[in-house]
Amino acid sequence: MIERITHMGRRGCDLLEAVGRASIFLGQSMLGRPSAEGFSLWVAQVYAVGVLSLAIVLVSGLFIGMVLALQGYTILVGFGAEDALGQMVSLALLRELAPVVAALLFAGRAGSALTAEIGLMKATEQLTSMEMIGVDPLRRIVAPRLWAGFVSLPLLTIGFSVVGVYGGYLVGVEWLGVFEGSYWGNMQASVGFFTDIGNGVVKSIVFAIVVTWIAVFQGYDLVPTSEGISRATTRTVVYSSLAVLGLDFVLTAVMFGGLS
Amino acid sequence: MTASSLVEVENLHFTRGDRDIFRGVDLSIPRGKITAIMGPSGTGKTTLLKLIGGQLNPSGGRVLIDGQDVHRLSRKDLFQMRRRMGMLFQSGALFSDLSVYENVAFPLRVHTDLPESMVRDVVLMKLEAVGLRGARDLMPAELSGGMTRRVALARAVALDPELILYDEPFVGQDPISMGVLVQLIRRLNQALGLTAVVVSHDIKETLSIADYVYVVADGRVMAHGTPASLDVEQDARVSQFVHGEPDGPVPFHYPANDFHDDILGQGSRP
Amino acid sequence: MKRSKTMEFGVGLFMLAGILGLVFLGLKVSGLDLQRADDTYELRANFANIGGLKPRARVTMAGVTVGRVESIELDTEFYDAVVVMSLDSSLAGKLPDDSTAAILTSGLLGEQYIGLSVGGSPEMIAEGEAIRDTQSALVLEELIQQFVSNLTKD
Repeated sequence: MIERITHMGRRGCDLLEAVGRASIFLGQSMLGRPSAEGFSLWVAQVYAVGVLSLAIVLVSGLFIGMVLALQGYTILVGFGAEDALGQMVSLALLRELAPVVAALLFAGRAGSALTAEIGLMKATEQLTSMEMIGVDPLRRIVAPRLWAGFVSLPLLTIGFSVVGVYGGYLVGVEWLGVFEGSYWGNMQASVGFFTDIGNGVVKSIVFAIVVTWIAVFQGYDLVPTSEGISRATTRTVVYSSLAVLGLDFVLTAVMFGGLS
Repeated sequence: MTASSLVEVENLHFTRGDRDIFRGVDLSIPRGKITAIMGPSGTGKTTLLKLIGGQLNPSGGRVLIDGQDVHRLSRKDLFQMRRRMGMLFQSGALFSDLSVYENVAFPLRVHTDLPESMVRDVVLMKLEAVGLRGARDLMPAELSGGMTRRVALARAVALDPELILYDEPFVGQDPISMGVLVQLIRRLNQALGLTAVVVSHDIKETLSIADYVYVVADGRVMAHGTPASLDVEQDARVSQFVHGEPDGPVPFHYPANDFHDDILGQGSRP
Repeated sequence: MKRSKTMEFGVGLFMLAGILGLVFLGLKVSGLDLQRADDTYELRANFANIGGLKPRARVTMAGVTVGRVESIELDTEFYDAVVVMSLDSSLAGKLPDDSTAAILTSGLLGEQYIGLSVGGSPEMIAEGEAIRDTQSALVLEELIQQFVSNLTKD
């Protein structure tokens, strides 16, 4: 029994230590002003992290919008309220599904790639050799990736919402025959720019910071072996998915749950 | 400390986990000479280089480079100090997203404001010195192991450092590239007058280029001297290492219980 | 750095698409109207009871949306609700002063909105003035109450 408690305590200490290291890591990477060269490194990372994730995010967004419209229609038509379809699809997407699903896809597509890339650089001593050349890898390797992630995910989330709303339009209006005017009209009457779109974007910014931070830190902190890399990539996806879902609850409670 | 030594390691202690890697190492690396640090694998030779480069912090003792304590420098001063050092990594550690040319140009670009034409001249000069001027547009993934190490060498000397640290430069090389590397290390030392530290356990090659040799084992310096004096060293452990005998004071077997008991213990199971 | 023009172009396109997406969401989904200040004008109407009318609700005429509700406040003098509407500027000065405003419900459970119907007076309502003839929202509970009290009276 005592041994169990001791074991738990040790795990707790390890966890705290890791959180501390990760925070120092984030602080050290983010401080310092970016150079002109930093900008071009950042562009390259936005391409790798953002543009290359675009396809999977947009396709998923389209399908989720279509499914929402289909499911929503079958329920709403029972109350004769299928005119509210646009409202339902857009609110579900903007407030919840777009930030969360885009963040989960981002963790799987871009986060794991970031972890593996940085891990491989560590395993092949590229980070050490950069340090020996007198360049801080936190500035040169880590910071552009962090900033790229912070910018990319909100943009991807917006793309997800747009495509999802359009997918809902395709199924609801073009296929199921909801009146087009009431699809858009109900949507416009009920969606607030700052309350709904703004909060969704704020959510996605929070998720972007958390997911990118976890991914990059896992890569930087891993054991530099092939097994270490594969475990760290798995950890990236697991931790960031859990963090996104947990934080989503907290943010929703603060934004829409009347806690403020 | 003598005026002629560039690096001075004093009573260095280092612990990793529960294991003592170094228990009081003293080294003095003379300016303009090739100093070899040798020893069986697993004795922390690479760790020693990392301690000299300031990437690891010792648990006791200090490392002086040109009179400055490496581990007491601020982060900024440390990076400044590293501009005067080059390091050749065991794996080469070329940046995999940059071409050969860009890899060699990298230290120049970050530390100098040279115009592009000057960068080009320096890079081509360094690549010519390692015989790979023709390979400048290749990516690191397209190079063989020996070529990777030569490009890494060109990158390490791009800024004309005063001190260059070689981490196992000969490991895993075929005899031809091994010969090329030996040649290159010697030539760089003679032509540029730079101070070199070679960490290795390849006895023949290392002894052929080193001016002075330290043998490290069990966290201490076991012996030091010129290659000729080590060859006739009386200490049993040193001579086992220098002459490459499989068994001796350094045992062939990993510590285990008695072989007989182990076998019979298994066999006597009902 | 392996950074080609196409990559830069891709990143530029990506960011542009993101901004355009935000604009689309703003205009098409949340109905944010950037030109509202220019080509709308305001009218007021007092209602005894607005029921479930909310700001941003539609204002229609003959079923066509011609504006939306800007704000709803309580008039502390008469204790009724003052609804400020912004209407399409093409209607400015063309509504007779005996026009009526009614709070209607779209469908049985739908949103509430304001329906305007045009009167026949030669005098027109000027900008910022109030529509006098209004019809409050139907509140289901009140209807039931009236119905029940009528039953018991008989």
